[in-house]
Amino acid sequence: MGYSVDRQLDARGLSCPMPSVKTALELESMDIGQVLEILTDDPVSKKDLPVWAESTGNRLLGIEEDGTTIKIFLEKA
Amino acid sequence: MTVMKQDKGSVTIVLFSGDLDKAIAAFVIATSAASMGKEVNIFFTFWGLNVIKKEGGLIKGQNWMQRMLNIMNRGHARKLALSKMNMAGMGPMMLKMMMAQKRVPSLREFVDMGTKLGVKFYPCEMSMTVMGLRKEDFIDECEDVIGAVSYLSKANESNVNLFI
Repeated sequence: MGYSVDRQLDARGLSCPMPSVKTALELESMDIGQVLEILTDDPVSKKDLPVWAESTGNRLLGIEEDGTTIKIFLEKA
Repeated sequence: MTVMKQDKGSVTIVLFSGDLDKAIAAFVIATSAASMGKEVNIFFTFWGLNVIKKEGGLIKGQNWMQRMLNIMNRGHARKLALSKMNMAGMGPMMLKMMMAQKRVPSLREFVDMGTKLGVKFYPCEMSMTVMGLRKEDFIDECEDVIGAVSYLSKANESNVNLFI
C-alpha cells in the first residue's frame, strides 16, 4: 500500500526458481528507482526474494499478503 | 546478467551426470545463481554431454565402438532417463507431467533460460574425443570446448563449485 508501482510481474503459479529468475529479467528492462510489484503464491518466495534483493543490491520496500497471494515490492537500484 | 550492481563472484558446475533429475537440479542452481547476477559456468563431461546434444542427426563416431556407444546413448535434453524409478521411460514421462502441473520449466526450457541469463556452457574435450563427438553435435549456445585445466582455472576463481 502506498507504493507507486511502475510495473507488475504476475508470477503466481510458478515455483522455485522462476519467481527470482523472472524478477531478474523484468528488472533488467527497468530504470533505476522504479518500483516492481511481484505477485506470487509460492511461500518460499517470501523468503527467497528478500535474499535475492539483498544479494543483487536492489531495495526491498515491503511485503503484503492478500489471501494466498504474496505481493513483494522492489525498487531497482 | 549485466544489470546487477554487486559482483558476488561466480559459480562453476561440473555436470557429469546425464540423468534428467540431476540435470534439472544443476539448472535450478545455475539459473538461480545467474538471476542473482553471478557468473555461471557449466562444464559438461561424460554423460552430462547428453544435456547439450542437438536433437536428431546421424549416428556419431569414427569407429564401430564409438558408434555402438552413440546408438545406445543418443540422448538430448528432452530424452534423458531418471537416476531412480526410470521404469523404461515411464518415470521421466510422469515426472514431466508432474512438473508441468506445478509449472516448473522442462530441462529444455531451463537450458534456454540459462543462455538467456548468460550461463556459459563448456563441453569437455576429452569426453568428446573418447565418444567421437564434435562441437557441431552440441547446441549452438555452447562456448569453446575446454579441458580440465581451463575448468580448474575457472573453478579456482569461483566461490561455489559443484560436481553433479
